[in-house]
Amino acid sequence: MSARVALVLVSHSRQLAEGVAELAAQMAPGVQIVAAGGTDTGGLGTSYDRVLEAVSTGLAAAGGVVVLADLGSAILTVDSVLEVLDEGPGSVVLADAPFVEGAVAAAVTAHGGGTVAEVLDSAEHAGTTFAVREPRPPHSPVDDAGDLSQRTVVVRNPLGLHARPAAVLARLIAGLDAAVTINGANGASVLEIMKLGATGGQGLVLSATGPAAEEALDAVATAIEGGFGEV
Amino acid sequence: MTLDVAWAQRWARESAAAIAAARDELVELDRQIGDGDHGENLNRGFQAVVAKVDAADQHPELVSDVLRTVATTLMSSVGGASGPLYGTAFLRAAKVSGLATLDAHAVVALLEGALEGITARGKAAPGEKTMVDAWGPAVDAAVDAADAGASPVEVLQAAARAASVGASQTSSLVATKGRASYLGERSIGHEDPGAASSALILQAAVDAAVGTASESTPDSTTGRPADVPVTGDEA
Repeated sequence: MSARVALVLVSHSRQLAEGVAELAAQMAPGVQIVAAGGTDTGGLGTSYDRVLEAVSTGLAAAGGVVVLADLGSAILTVDSVLEVLDEGPGSVVLADAPFVEGAVAAAVTAHGGGTVAEVLDSAEHAGTTFAVREPRPPHSPVDDAGDLSQRTVVVRNPLGLHARPAAVLARLIAGLDAAVTINGANGASVLEIMKLGATGGQGLVLSATGPAAEEALDAVATAIEGGFGEV
Repeated sequence: MTLDVAWAQRWARESAAAIAAARDELVELDRQIGDGDHGENLNRGFQAVVAKVDAADQHPELVSDVLRTVATTLMSSVGGASGPLYGTAFLRAAKVSGLATLDAHAVVALLEGALEGITARGKAAPGEKTMVDAWGPAVDAAVDAADAGASPVEVLQAAARAASVGASQTSSLVATKGRASYLGERSIGHEDPGAASSALILQAAVDAAVGTASESTPDSTTGRPADVPVTGDEA
């Protein structure tokens, strides 16, 4: 049984829920992701019973559950399930997050062993990750002091740091005892890495702090230079 | 007439009968300003409620037991937003009805719980052309009646009358919540289907207590004069 936080994806459409679950699972193969889309008969809508079953399945397998829902009555249905379940505070939460981006971000954070609060936070910040906004100094974990180690690497795979490599890096970095940034972006966030839009041949600056900073840079550089199996 | 477990069971059955009788009217109201499924959804939900309440394995001891059964069955079987909304209304009503019989203040608490549930789930305020515009006046009227020393059944009657008036008055409101809000000004002239069904359900609570032959019910199926809103001239 996995101690990782599980995800439940609630959509009006069975196929949409299953598709997003498939996408998120590619980024986080070790996370239980339960799709609860559509009505009991497979039509468009939400089913209280399907959501209840999915949340119960997630709770049975994990210490906590983060739920994402798409629209209107899906959100009302999830709220109702949580009210009836009346679990202890914080064990099952509904994220106020965009469905696709939130699920992907939550899955990667859950894969890295994040708590319910951390997974929820990732989901709820996912929407702004792709948004065009005033540039602000990114909060980098590296700012939190300690000696800074840096290294420059070149992206080898032609497609650059797209979703799959970004997920590989985020998982790798989340498991290290170091805070790593890539061109200033938080290396533990798959969305931050994807947002860099790093393309094949591009140089990247890796920075790390923490007890395992040097090993972290070695591992991340090796992964990027290795081309993610696409070269 | 005592407001006890048997009354709560009759309330469920009377609600189902009233919703079934008004099904086509609710469908029409929702076709005007929503997606047309309210009557169908709610009828399916309340038929499921009757089956569950009448099931052999049900042995309710408190009013809350019946209301909780109604809540979870509506949530499971209605589909669409009215399932969670009514489900939460009955769930919160159940939470304050852990009693064998209800006195006047317990009736007020039940209605307040229902309104609180609808508001918590739907986030609607008074005047937004929703169920709140039936339940809000119902709670106010119930509080006034209880404070004036009314009996439990009289409190219910006051609530049902106020809900009926409140539902009728939603015709003149502009919807700002739910699917009807997409229509904006064009939602004027049509009664809100959720407010209409709320009034039916509260009248069913009265009918369950006093019998449908009561002189307080002007119309035997809907509990209020049938009005067919096709124009906005009553606004």
